[in-house]
Amino acid sequence: MQSRFLTYLFRRVLQAVPLLLLVVVITFLLVHAAPGDPVDVLSGQMETAPEYREQLRREFGLDRPLYVQLGRYVAKVTSLDLGYSLRYRVDVFDLIMSRLPATLLLMGTSLVLSSAIGILLGAFAARHPYSAADNAATLVALAGYSMPVFWLGQLLLLLFALNLGWFPTQGMASLRAPAEGWGRAFDIAHHLALPALTYSVYNLTLIFRLTRARMQETLAEDYITTARAKGVSEGAVVFRHALRNALLPVVTVIGLTFGFMLAGSVLTETVFAWPGLGRLMYEAIMARDYPILMGLFIFISSLVIVANVITDVIYALIDPRVVYK
Amino acid sequence: MSAPAPGTPAAGWVEEPPRPSLWRIFALNRMSVLGLAVLGCLLVLAVFGDAIVPFDPEKIRAGPRMASPGAVHLMGTDDLGRDVFSRVLAGLRISLIVGLSAAAVSTGIGIVVGSFAGYFGRLIDDLLMRLTEVFLVIPRFFLAIMLVAFFGAHIVNIILAIALLSWPEIARIVRAEFLSLRTRQFVDAARIAGCGVLVLMFVEILPNALAPVVVAGTLQVGQAMLLEAGLSYLGLGDPSQVSLGIMLQQAQQIMRSAWWTTAFPGLVIFLAVLSLNLVGDGLNDVLSPRSRGR
Amino acid sequence: MQELLRVEDLTTHIFTPAGVVRAVEGVSLRIRPSEAVALVGESGCGKSMTALSLMRLVRPPVRILGGRVWFKGRDLLALSEAEMRMVRGGEIAMVFQDPMTFLNPVFRVGDQVAEAICIHQGLGRRAAEAGALEALRHVKIPAPEAVVHYYPHQLSGGMRQRVLIAMAVACRPALLIADEPTTALDVTIQAQIMALLSDIRRELGSALLLISHDLGLVAEYCDRVYVMYAGEIVEEADVFGLFKGPQHPYTAALLKSSLNIDHRVAAFEAIEGQPPNLIAPPPGCRFHPRCPRAFEPCSRSAPPVVTLEGGRVARCWLHEDGR
Repeated sequence: MQSRFLTYLFRRVLQAVPLLLLVVVITFLLVHAAPGDPVDVLSGQMETAPEYREQLRREFGLDRPLYVQLGRYVAKVTSLDLGYSLRYRVDVFDLIMSRLPATLLLMGTSLVLSSAIGILLGAFAARHPYSAADNAATLVALAGYSMPVFWLGQLLLLLFALNLGWFPTQGMASLRAPAEGWGRAFDIAHHLALPALTYSVYNLTLIFRLTRARMQETLAEDYITTARAKGVSEGAVVFRHALRNALLPVVTVIGLTFGFMLAGSVLTETVFAWPGLGRLMYEAIMARDYPILMGLFIFISSLVIVANVITDVIYALIDPRVVYK
Repeated sequence: MSAPAPGTPAAGWVEEPPRPSLWRIFALNRMSVLGLAVLGCLLVLAVFGDAIVPFDPEKIRAGPRMASPGAVHLMGTDDLGRDVFSRVLAGLRISLIVGLSAAAVSTGIGIVVGSFAGYFGRLIDDLLMRLTEVFLVIPRFFLAIMLVAFFGAHIVNIILAIALLSWPEIARIVRAEFLSLRTRQFVDAARIAGCGVLVLMFVEILPNALAPVVVAGTLQVGQAMLLEAGLSYLGLGDPSQVSLGIMLQQAQQIMRSAWWTTAFPGLVIFLAVLSLNLVGDGLNDVLSPRSRGR
Repeated sequence: MQELLRVEDLTTHIFTPAGVVRAVEGVSLRIRPSEAVALVGESGCGKSMTALSLMRLVRPPVRILGGRVWFKGRDLLALSEAEMRMVRGGEIAMVFQDPMTFLNPVFRVGDQVAEAICIHQGLGRRAAEAGALEALRHVKIPAPEAVVHYYPHQLSGGMRQRVLIAMAVACRPALLIADEPTTALDVTIQAQIMALLSDIRRELGSALLLISHDLGLVAEYCDRVYVMYAGEIVEEADVFGLFKGPQHPYTAALLKSSLNIDHRVAAFEAIEGQPPNLIAPPPGCRFHPRCPRAFEPCSRSAPPVVTLEGGRVARCWLHEDGR
C-alpha cells in the first residue's frame, strides 16, 4: 500500500513535467510571435543602452537558430533564472518571491474562510432545497458569481474605507504601525479585512454552488436511504454520511479552479493595492515590463500545475475507492 | 419511482398527458423570466443606445466635471466631464459584442474539436482531449493577459484570446454527447443510406447534441463579459473603445468624490451577466435530459 | 390473532411538474408476529413506495397524504420524528435491493453496521464494534475480523448484501422489510441470500415483508401474499390458495407469465400492454384496459373489494355477487 502510493505520487509528479515545459515553450513562442524585436520584449523597454541589448542577444542566443534559443531559454528557466527587470533593477525571480507572502496570506485567509462558510451553507441549502433560505442563498451566490470581483472590491472600499473610515484604503501596513509583535499583526489584519472579504465572496459563491449541487446529488443516493432506515438522525445523515461523499468532488474542483482563484486574487489585489503577485502583475502590465510578465506567467502556471498534482494526491488519500494506477 | 415507460400505448387512455410547452417549463422558473426581461432591456439599450443617449460618450466637457447624477446627466459625469450614462451604454454595447463574439468563436471551436474527438474516438480522441486538458490546466486568465499584452490591446485580439481559452468546456460537452449518440440507430440508418462522414457528424448527430451546448454557450457569454471587464480593468482594454472595465479602472482614482463613476458601469456589467446566468439556468431546465424525457 | 403491523388506507403521491403521480392509493395490509408476507407486482406498481412510506422514508416531492400505520399499538404516521427514528432500524429494519449502491462507499463496513447498534442499543463504540463483528459472523461472512475493516468496494455483491442484512438484523427487529433483496445478485447467490435471510428471521422470530416480483421466491418463503397493481392491492390470499386459484385476473396473468419463464416456454407470454400512467389512471378498474375478462362495469366504476371464502380478498367486478 505504502509503496504503491509512492509510485502513484512519483508518476503523478512526473506527468506534470511536460505541462511545465509547455508553459515555458508558450512563453518563448509569445516573445517571438509578438510584433517587434525580441530584444525589446526581453529588455522590457524600448530605450535601452546598446551594450545591454548586445548582452541580451548573447545571453539568449538570439543570433542562433530558434531551437538553440529555446534550449537556452528552458535551461535558464529551470535554473530559476526568470530574467531581469531593468525598471526595478532586480532579478525577476527574487521580485516574485518578495511579493509571494502577501498573496499567500490573502489567498490562505480567504480560502479557509470561504471554504468553511461555503461548505456549511451549501450543505444547509441542499438539505432544505427550494426553501426560502435556500432560494435566497442561491440567488445571492448567483449574484456574487455574476459580479466583477474588482467592482465588489470598489463598492466595499467606497463604503467601509472611504465613507465610514473603518478600514484603511490600501496597502498592507501603515507607516506608523509598530514594526513587530501583536501591534504589527493587528495592523496587517486591519489592512487585510477588506481585500479578504472581497476575495472570499468571490470564492464563497463558487464553493457554495458546488457544495450545494454535490450535496443534493449525494442526498439522493441510495446509501443515504440506508442510513435513514437505520435510524440515523437527520443531522448525522447530512454531516456524517453525505458531506464526506459530497466533499470529495468539491476538493477536486477547488484544486482545479486554483487558476481561477488566482485570477480573482490579481483583481482584488489591484483594487486594494495589496502588495502581492497580483499587484505586481498590474504594475508590470501598466509599464509593459515584459520580463516580469513572463516570469509571473511561468510562476503562476507552475503554481496551478503543482496545485493540480497536490489535489489529485489529496483526493487519492481521502477516497478509499481510488486505486493507484 | 419509474416514469411511465415510453412505447405504443395499448389503449387511448395510456397516452401521456400533453407535455408542457418549452416556454411553460422555462416560465416555471420565475427568476429566469426576470433575467430574460432584464437582458432584453439591456439589449435594446445597447443596440439603440446611440439614438437614446443625450451626449457623445467620448466628448469631454459634455457637462461640468464630476457632476452628481441628475436630470441632465442621469448617471453624473466623470473627471473629464464626460456623460457617464452615455458612456455606460456605449460600454455595454462593446461588452456585449465582445461577449457574444467570444462565446460564438469559442463554441465554434469547441463544436469542431468535440465532434471530431467524439465521433472518431481512439487516437484522434486521445490527441484532442489531451490538448483540451492542457488548455484546462493552464490558467486561462493569465494566458489571456499574456496574449493581449504581447499582441496588443485590440478588440479583436481580446475576443480571440477569450475565445481561445473558453472552448475546452464546449469541446468536452460536445464530445460526451457524440460518444453517446454515435451508436444510436438513427446514425446507423443514415450511414447505411450512404451519408458521408461530415453529413453524419454535422447534419445527423450535431443537432441532437446541441441542447447542452446552448446552455453552456449562454453562460460563456457572461463569463466572456467578465473576462473582458477584468482585462480592461488591468489596463488591457482596447483604448479606442469605450469599455466598462476601463471606466472602472479610471474610476478607482476618483471614486472618493464621485461614487457614480464606479457604481453604474459595474452595475450594468453585473446586471448583464446576472441576467445571462439566470437565462442559462432557465434554458437548462428546458433542455436538460430530465425534462426532455429522453 | 393479534397483528404486529396494520396498514390502513395508506396513500402516497409524487408531486412532479408533469402532474401528481398516484403511486400508492389506499393500501391496507396486515402482518402478524413472525409471519412472512409478500407484496408482489410489476415494477413501478408502488411496492417499494409502500415500504418506504410505512417507514416514513419518503422525501419531497413524494408525500404521504393519508392513512394509518399501526405498529405495536402506535400509529407510526403520528409519531414524532425522534420517536420514528427509534423505530427505524430498531423495531423495523430494511434490506434493500442493490447492495452496490445502498452501502456508503467511504465508510468501513464494520462502522456502518456498528452505527445501527450504537443508535438503538445505546452502546459505546467498543461494544458496538463487538456487536458489529457478531452480526457479520451471524450472516456467515468469512473472516469477519478482517471484513469489518473493509470498504464496500472491496467486497463482492453477495458479501455486500450480507453486510446489509447484518446491518438490518443487528438490533433484532420485530419486522424485517426486504425490498427485492436478491434482484441485483447472481442467480447462484440469490438462493444463498434468501436462505440466510429466512433462517435468521426464524431464529429471531421477526416478521417479514418481502417485496418482490419473483413469484418463485414468494412461493418458497412466504405465508401470505398481497398482489399490487397500479398503486392498489388487488388480491390478498394465503400462498397456497393464491397459486391454486387466483381470484383476480391480474394475479392470474402474473402467475401465467412467471410460469412461462420458469419453464422456458418458447412463446414468452408477458402481460399485454403497458402498466398505466399513474398521473391519469384509467377510470373504473385500473387493470381493465389490459384485462382479458373485462366487461361492461369495469371501465365505468371502481370495483368492489370482496371478501371471499377463507378470508381471501379480491378487488374485482367478477366477484360482485359474492359479497
